[in-house]
Amino acid sequence: MEIIAEIENLKKSFGNNIILNGVSLKIEKGENLVVFGKSGSGKTVLIKCLVGLMEADDGKVVLLGKDVSALGEEELNELRKKVGFLFQSAALYDSMSVRENLEFPLRSSKSKPKKEIETLVKEALQNVGLEEAIDKMPSELSGGMRKRVGLARTLILKPEIILYDEPTTGLDPITSREISHLILDVQKKYNAAAIIITHDKECARITSNQMMILKDGKFIAEGTFQELSESKDEWISSFFK
Amino acid sequence: MAEDLNIPKPVPPQSKSDSGSSSMRVLRGFFEEVTLLTRFALHFFKEVIKPPYEFGEVIRQSYLIGYKSFPLVAITAFILGVVMTIQSRPTLEEFGAVSLLPSMVSVSIIRELGPAIIAMIFAGKIGSSIGAELSSMKVTEQIDAMEVSGINPFKYLVVTRVLASTLMLPVLVTAGDAVSLYGAFLAMKMKGNVSFQLFFLKVFQSLDFSDLFPAIIKTFFFGFAIGIIGCFKGYNSTNGTEGVGVAANAAVVFGLLSVFILDVIAVQITSFFI
Repeated sequence: MEIIAEIENLKKSFGNNIILNGVSLKIEKGENLVVFGKSGSGKTVLIKCLVGLMEADDGKVVLLGKDVSALGEEELNELRKKVGFLFQSAALYDSMSVRENLEFPLRSSKSKPKKEIETLVKEALQNVGLEEAIDKMPSELSGGMRKRVGLARTLILKPEIILYDEPTTGLDPITSREISHLILDVQKKYNAAAIIITHDKECARITSNQMMILKDGKFIAEGTFQELSESKDEWISSFFK
Repeated sequence: MAEDLNIPKPVPPQSKSDSGSSSMRVLRGFFEEVTLLTRFALHFFKEVIKPPYEFGEVIRQSYLIGYKSFPLVAITAFILGVVMTIQSRPTLEEFGAVSLLPSMVSVSIIRELGPAIIAMIFAGKIGSSIGAELSSMKVTEQIDAMEVSGINPFKYLVVTRVLASTLMLPVLVTAGDAVSLYGAFLAMKMKGNVSFQLFFLKVFQSLDFSDLFPAIIKTFFFGFAIGIIGCFKGYNSTNGTEGVGVAANAAVVFGLLSVFILDVIAVQITSFFI
């Protein structure tokens, strides 16, 4: 199988506070990898280092065959166009409508005709079931709708890997489940790899092919949802109760 | 007892070495800030010449920063002209020199008061809005979202805003000066019989190129300073939502300070050549 992303012995600290203390992972094409852990365990820092939003102190990050730390600004920007990132807060641009939010990542490919951009925007919104919200402003959307629009914005560039940062945080159980199934649909439709950062057991159950558990800056366990939920380790099993 | 009533305990007097080290810390902080701001400004010059160019966004920002600020600038400038005329009249009357009022008011407004007052209004309105907007974008991860979309947020957010504020302040000052002179004319007409033609004939007789040119040139620098400081404070804000307020406040305070410092330098340079 094709390796999409690989992290080797990644270390990151903020002052004296060690966040990641030598973590390693590999993800293959079409795989959904859930990174599970307590709040503040460094899950978000991990994916921010993966995409170059944060600089690692040590270790190697290879994304789509390229060493992220060795890339210049232009090359990194080109690489990022193949990566989708759904932020915890969805990070929609407040001053733009939903349509403009979705058009924004396409602005660098100016050769695309207006009609094609319009089709891509509508298709991305259809995939998340929000065609009717196309002319709304982000302030008019609910939390779940914002997450869906955020996902549509990441899908519009047809990424090879999608990084989901707490996709269900702050949502009610029904909407959380809808978002989790949406992540699964995206995996089937786009065959993109995904790293899903979460501490939501239900989201992990629905979306994961493989899971890794992060504690004290290190991965302490790895396996399928079924395997980890049956773990004898008290700390790990406490997540699945 | 003092603790029960929440009365703060008296602070023990600082020893000389304590106050010395704290002032060193303040001084060091100041120079660090100036260094970072200089690097930020140099990064702006690097990005401004590098394609792709965001012309559409520069025009949009110019509309928001320039056109939308005009009503406030116009009201302030009009009041400035009226007040200047009313306040100056009694003094000139004592010397029987009321006929010099248009010349005096116009030179004051065009050379100094117009650019300085309008730049201050601009620093308050635009500096705070840029600082608050960029810092809230940072807090809500919108700047990170731009970055991971492969779009250079510095170019899209900072370069466009700084260019717009650099280009729009001179336009606002020119328009504000005109409104201010009209206000001066109305104030003069209230107390005396002066025609529009005579008033502006006197104004243009007393002004020459050396009054107008340096006054407009310095506003480009004011606009640049206000824009770059607002962006610097917003783009580098920390501490979540608390940081938004801090960034907006710092953008105004340092923007105003920069206007005063640049004005002193401009006056020195102008007086050297004229």
